[in-house]
Amino acid sequence: MNETQNSLGAYLKLHWKTAVFLVVLLIGIGLADIFVDSYMRRLLNLCAIYVIVSLAMNLVNGFTGQFSLGQAGFMAIGAYTVAIFTVPVESRTAIFYLEPMAPFLANIQLPFVVALILGGLASVVVAFFIGSPCLRLRGDYLAIATLGFSEIIRIVFTNTQSITNGALGIKSIPTISSLWWTYGTALLIIIATILLVYSSYGRAFKSIREDEIAAEAMGVGLFKTKMTSFLIGAFFTGIGGGLFAALLGTVDPKQFYFTLTYNFLLIIVLGGMGSISGTIIASFLVTLGQEALRFLDEPMAFGLDLPIFRPGLRMVVFSFLLMIIVLFYRKGLMGTNELTWDFMAQKFQSIKKKLSRKKTSTEGGGK
Amino acid sequence: MLKISNLQVAYGGIEAVKGIDLEVPEGKIVTLIGANGAGKSTTLRAIVNLVKSKAGSITYNGEELLGLDTTKVVDKGITLVPEGRHVFPDLTVLENLKIGAYMRKDNLDADIKHIYSLFPRLEERSWQAAGTLSGGEQQMLAVGRAMMSRPKLLMMDEPSLGLAPLVVQGIFDIIETLNKEGMTILLIEQNANMALRVADYAYVLETGKITKAGTGRELLADESIKEAYLGKSQRNK
Repeated sequence: MNETQNSLGAYLKLHWKTAVFLVVLLIGIGLADIFVDSYMRRLLNLCAIYVIVSLAMNLVNGFTGQFSLGQAGFMAIGAYTVAIFTVPVESRTAIFYLEPMAPFLANIQLPFVVALILGGLASVVVAFFIGSPCLRLRGDYLAIATLGFSEIIRIVFTNTQSITNGALGIKSIPTISSLWWTYGTALLIIIATILLVYSSYGRAFKSIREDEIAAEAMGVGLFKTKMTSFLIGAFFTGIGGGLFAALLGTVDPKQFYFTLTYNFLLIIVLGGMGSISGTIIASFLVTLGQEALRFLDEPMAFGLDLPIFRPGLRMVVFSFLLMIIVLFYRKGLMGTNELTWDFMAQKFQSIKKKLSRKKTSTEGGGK
Repeated sequence: MLKISNLQVAYGGIEAVKGIDLEVPEGKIVTLIGANGAGKSTTLRAIVNLVKSKAGSITYNGEELLGLDTTKVVDKGITLVPEGRHVFPDLTVLENLKIGAYMRKDNLDADIKHIYSLFPRLEERSWQAAGTLSGGEQQMLAVGRAMMSRPKLLMMDEPSLGLAPLVVQGIFDIIETLNKEGMTILLIEQNANMALRVADYAYVLETGKITKAGTGRELLADESIKEAYLGKSQRNK
């Protein structure tokens, strides 16, 4: 922790590349915010939200090694909290037309930021009660238990008509369209995760992933540490869910099927369990990739009327591409590495070496 | 320093430790030898409360340890080097050492330097993943990692397990060095020959009971010990 006590100037000198990169990134977001159309804007926003939720999941699954599948449930809590507290009071009777909203909630309207943080905190509270019994389980059992709880949350939301409007969902949530909301939050969460992972808490998380017996012998409190990681993950996921609700402008229980969790699982496996930069890359890859392949769902592709181009083909091709990636990058794109400047320089050197070797070998063959 | 009296530990219905008394005086090396399944590891695990004890008492400088969380026991200055090394394979050597100091909040640089001076091999490999080290280096790392918490009592569970004789000699040299620096050591070994040579005091554990006790030298000379653990004909000299 001594490094952080250095002066800002010394810090900048050491990390000037990162500082420049951050500035370029912020300018990039600003430019994108002005120039992109609404379709691309929606996609980019979705990417950022996927980054947030996947990072949270990676913190628990990748860094702490606890295989939890409750992401959809925590997202639902965050999303519904934002929905319930930000929908304008005037339009509530129109939305809750089957059964009026519970009187203790009907007149409360909060600013978006407050509702967002409240959503995160609500997730934390629920995660605490889920975690207390579940985190004593290991491996597959933990996965099954958290998956079950995530479904329970969804079903509770389907049936509490006067609070969540049940299966009808909540409409006309004030939407956010600026990229700054999602990307700002994502940046904050990325920075928080980096600081966390490289602190002594982060080391404790990783030690539990690597070897529980040794971690305990070193004085790492297993349950307490797992719980910390789980709660932080739930908080970030809740925030991600809240942004998701505000992006779409509507929530209903069907959005939070457990299949949603698999999207994030896919991202962290693809990016590398235990790699922050891998998660970020994979979030963009998966979200944009699924969209880029959308032309496969249309009957007319490449100007030809081929019978195989029909709805669903997109997912077939996408799965196929994933299989190829997993086949060649068994630990995900990044493994447990991070995309640091050193790492990139190293990769660059090894590629250069490979290329020059190829060149000499072909030259040798020519002679 | 550490005093165990009438300790009983059972796994379900099976009694692994059947009421043992044992004492570790400050600044000494005490060893506990015995065959597989004698209850050696169980005793150590009971001290740091990784397994629950059925009865008895374990006091450390007069304080009762039984029922305290592992975290608290480590905080009091007792650290276990687990059997089979248990380094964190995907973390670097340096990260492994830092986790050893998880309970401390002060500066670690001096300790890391000290450990590197004891084990120069670890310094050479400080950025390597611990899983890629050889068995002996992993054992060094496990010892170094345990030392990072600045223990007053270091407990080692079979540090010679699966290591070549020359490497074992190196590990035992380190144990003696640490002891000279003032650390109290409780050592568990199947390699009775080596253990008895360095030990100030030794206990022999057989199926959960202590059958013999004495100074290391006394037990080395004991006929029945020779027969059971050392090989009677003294082939290994």
